[in-house]
Amino acid sequence: MVTTRQVTYSEISPSEFFYRNRDLAGFSNPSRALYTSVRELVENSLDACEQDQILPEIVVRIENAPEGTKAGDQVAYVITVQDNGPGIESKHLPNAFGRVFYGSKYKLKQSRGMFGMGGTMAILYAQITTNKPVTISSSFDGKNFHTLDMLIDIQENKPVILRHETKPANGLTGTTVSLTLMGDYFRAGPKILDYFKQTALVNPYANITLVDPDGKETKYERGTTVSPQAPTETLPHPHGIDVEALRRLIKETQDLNLVKFMTHNFHRVGERTAEKFLRFAGFDPTRKPKSLTNEEAVKFVNALHSFEEFLAPDASCLSPLGEEIMQAGIMKELSPEFIAMSVRPPSAYSGFPFIVEVGLAYGGPVIQPGVRLLRFANRIPLLYDEANDVAFKVINEEIDWKRYRIPQDAPVSIITHVCSTKVPYKTVGKEYLADRPELERELKNATREVIRKLSVFVSRKGSMEFAKKKMNIYGKYLPLIAKFCTELSSKKKVPDYKKLLGSIEVIEPGSDTEEKWGEFQKSTNEIMEADAKQKKNSKREPQQQQQQQQSNAERGKDDSADAGASSERAVNGKKNDKQQNLEEFGS
Amino acid sequence: MVRRMTSSKTSKSLAAERRAQLLDALKQIGIRTYEDLNSGKFPELSFPSRSVSNIVYDSKLKQYVLDKTNVRRSAGNIKHIRPFTQLLWLAYYANKLVEQGKTSTLREVYYSSQADYMEFVDQAESDEIITDLEAVLSRAREEFKVYPEERSAIFGDLTVEYTVPRFQGRRLNLSAHPDGYQIGPSLSTAEFVDTSAEMVIAVEKGGIFTRFVEEQVEKKYKAILIDTSGQAPRSTRYMLKRLNKELNLPVYIMSDGDVYGEHIAMVIISGSANAAHLRDLTVPTAKWVGVWASDIVKYKLPTDPMTEADQKRAMELKKDPRYHGGVWQRELDIFLKIKRKSELEAFSKYGLTFIVDNYLKEKMQEAKSL
Repeated sequence: MVTTRQVTYSEISPSEFFYRNRDLAGFSNPSRALYTSVRELVENSLDACEQDQILPEIVVRIENAPEGTKAGDQVAYVITVQDNGPGIESKHLPNAFGRVFYGSKYKLKQSRGMFGMGGTMAILYAQITTNKPVTISSSFDGKNFHTLDMLIDIQENKPVILRHETKPANGLTGTTVSLTLMGDYFRAGPKILDYFKQTALVNPYANITLVDPDGKETKYERGTTVSPQAPTETLPHPHGIDVEALRRLIKETQDLNLVKFMTHNFHRVGERTAEKFLRFAGFDPTRKPKSLTNEEAVKFVNALHSFEEFLAPDASCLSPLGEEIMQAGIMKELSPEFIAMSVRPPSAYSGFPFIVEVGLAYGGPVIQPGVRLLRFANRIPLLYDEANDVAFKVINEEIDWKRYRIPQDAPVSIITHVCSTKVPYKTVGKEYLADRPELERELKNATREVIRKLSVFVSRKGSMEFAKKKMNIYGKYLPLIAKFCTELSSKKKVPDYKKLLGSIEVIEPGSDTEEKWGEFQKSTNEIMEADAKQKKNSKREPQQQQQQQQSNAERGKDDSADAGASSERAVNGKKNDKQQNLEEFGS
Repeated sequence: MVRRMTSSKTSKSLAAERRAQLLDALKQIGIRTYEDLNSGKFPELSFPSRSVSNIVYDSKLKQYVLDKTNVRRSAGNIKHIRPFTQLLWLAYYANKLVEQGKTSTLREVYYSSQADYMEFVDQAESDEIITDLEAVLSRAREEFKVYPEERSAIFGDLTVEYTVPRFQGRRLNLSAHPDGYQIGPSLSTAEFVDTSAEMVIAVEKGGIFTRFVEEQVEKKYKAILIDTSGQAPRSTRYMLKRLNKELNLPVYIMSDGDVYGEHIAMVIISGSANAAHLRDLTVPTAKWVGVWASDIVKYKLPTDPMTEADQKRAMELKKDPRYHGGVWQRELDIFLKIKRKSELEAFSKYGLTFIVDNYLKEKMQEAKSL
């Protein structure tokens, strides 16, 4: 018997797809969703400011929603993120926030967001948990602030505008986004604070203010006015092209032959390289790009990946922090005793250029014992799933700390920053980097370099401490040697041992012991006093049991007096015995 | 009755001389250190190393001795200055003890250091420094009046005269108390006045010691009896040495019928590797009369099987130079062959007095040919 199964296929919009798969994008539970929303909005703001080389001024408010709805642990919060960026033209405003996959991130350039959907996802999540519209306010020209209330039509993947207001901007630019969502600040709070602290570390040119639901304001103040060079946009490198990307490029191209097509659409491909490649791949250079069949497109892409004579991608599209900014960030947030940095030359994986920067901070009042890893990619902190990250693997498995003579409990923070046009995240949630061999190699080299520097510092510091300790030891023992040999040889005068001490100070014998006894005496006195007080109080009991009480109290008093005396004996006993000993011996 | 009168005058001046030499040696340490400091030099002390590689067997002395390697402990070395100071303090402390005729124990030394703001982490550390001073002076710690807690006993017709304060000049005959007298600091330093004894018999066990007293072994054999209470403490070995050397008394040892018993006898005769830095603790002419492995067989004694540890120990001792040849090797071989061990008390199988009436008698006879 043959059964046939009826399957219905229906198209879903990208909004709907992400709604159904929100776990992938970091919205798996209320606490994580709150954290991810804050973070996506902040990153959009930072990106916007940097695009126009504006020193960022960002204010984040997390407030309890007015009519605080509750569902289990979940409470509604209003998140408001305000920036001083260039703003968004009013006609682009609805689509910039109201549609998944809109956004300016089509060509390749280093930026924080990668999929162009983080902000929209937050809005979408807010909408599905509270059914409240998002309020977006932006000034692009400095003349007017356009304020929109809008919802997203999930099935149609398009914005629905509920209200549009215009107010004079008085020359200011910038964007404010305000959304209401169900969250769990109680759980998300510590992570959010971590996020801001680390964001401040890697964006030291930004002023960031956080106001939490209790109204507590935390300011992360700018530590430098130097901001990194803005990256330039670049064409995709042939090694990084997949069939889908090729198909789109062919669809949009006006070029009439493959040589032109390649030089116009691929990074660092000139005519000569294009011709060489086409010969290698077996394509006629004069063919029309649009005439490629699907099979040929696949063959073309495979050839692109295996051809080794393409020039390596250049790094002009990258914007590393550089030593100066990284140092400012580390000093500002960690105040370490020692800093080392290593900025690696540009490298590439699968046609995507990347630069690895590693900083090391050691000691100081902030850093706790133990090696701690702070991971960043394109200037955003990565806080989750540390153990899956390639940097974690490098630090814990590839580096032999013992070889550098750094103890395991040394107060060390390692700061890794990977910037790339395409950071090799393992998931959409942007939390940890895949262990690409090229990336692993660069991380390893950079980390080794900073640890080597630390090793030199620590051993130098160690020898200084050793010298100091040595002086203390001589200051302690030489006077004792002098005393003992004087008595042993029945001399009258103590020998002149100070010649040997040089500038070392003499440590008074027994000074540390006296201190210890002082402490013992103090705590013993405290207990005795408390005891005496208690006895005194029990004396003031009501009259009824007077007889009994009184005799008890009397006895108690006697006891305490006795105990006091004997304790003093006990405490001084040691000393007295010693003195006695000395006297007997000395005679 | 032949009484051995020791010339107490000679004995006394001998002891006094040793004491004077000791005080001088201690004082010299102080003077050298003092002069070094005054001339801007870091003081140091040099003494024979007690590391295993420096312990060798001297077949002439029939004991372990220290070889030629010396350790130098200098105050100029950061790692040495603390133990150097501790050693100097101990010399200063020992000097006071000897001068004032006081005694102290290992434990007391550990605590006394604190009176002078010297410190030891634990008693093990102060014990180590005490052994260092022994090596510096080539004198047992008992000579500079530091005694261990362990005690053993002596009984027999020996009159001694105390030299310790308060009892100085007082005399005592050591057969006056049937439990014997503790061999402590006062007895160790007492002068021997006279004795009718012709030998010394040391036994390993308190029970057998009591039996010997009850059975009047001291009279029957004209013997001074000593209970070593297991491995003989150094004060006891020192006492045995004095009895042997000053009174010319032969020493016989009776221990349990196992490898440890054999070793107890050996340590009395040839000393231990731990005390390789010391002389005067051995009685090379002492004789081990039992219980031999061959006695176990001969007297059909009740036995226990030897454990693996026992057998391993026997194998070790077989390689030990002190056990080279003679009765020592032979008995170890028998132990290893029969793999059985026994004890002195096992003779009570034949009645309580058998050990004195029969065994001791036969062994003393046999000892003449040893």
